Amino acid sequence: MARSLKKGPFVDAHLWKKVAGESQVASRQIIKTWSRRSTVTPEFIGRTFAIHNGKKFIPVFVTENMVGHKLGEFAPTRHFVTHPTDKKVKKGLR
Amino acid sequence: MARISGVDLPRNKKMGVALTYIYGVGPVVAQDVLARAKVDVHKRTDVLTEEEIARIRDVIDSTYRVEGDLRREISMNIKRLMDLGCYRGLRHRKGLPVRGQRTHSNARTRRGKRSSMVRR
Repeated sequence: MARSLKKGPFVDAHLWKKVAGESQVASRQIIKTWSRRSTVTPEFIGRTFAIHNGKKFIPVFVTENMVGHKLGEFAPTRHFVTHPTDKKVKKGLR
Repeated sequence: MARISGVDLPRNKKMGVALTYIYGVGPVVAQDVLARAKVDVHKRTDVLTEEEIARIRDVIDSTYRVEGDLRREISMNIKRLMDLGCYRGLRHRKGLPVRGQRTHSNARTRRGKRSSMVRR
């Protein structure tokens, strides 16, 4: 179910303080954050976030299209592992 | 024989059904279009007058996005997700289910036929 419009987009208070308040002080600094659940609002555009993926911080530059998504969507938490198909299999068959 | 929004000419069917042959028009939209165009739902395609066809065409063109336009919109939406580098986009790129379904088993519609790797 979608979030009620009345409440507005959710952004963690500590992150919001950094984005809105600090913007005059050091606007081009990368913001390190664990708050994957925060929505990207228009104020985020043009800033770089280092988003925690559970292990390390993924740098993400926020563009206009990203508004409305959550920060966590841009920092995948899983590593995709495949079997080493081509080389080894072919060698084994010969 | 009627031609509405592109190459669709279903014949000898009740209009309520015939219109669903258009991509983007299901039973509900078909009912709505016919109501607005004041055409009987139970009338068959081949007995429609030119005027009725024109009215149906007008209603569809002005209120709904169908066929090519709709397909383009959908693929643009998917392309947007893929270019963003967000989770949903990555899932689209890999051809895996996008909405959090399990992939340990099943998900065959998205993933396609089983590969024969298992036998080796």
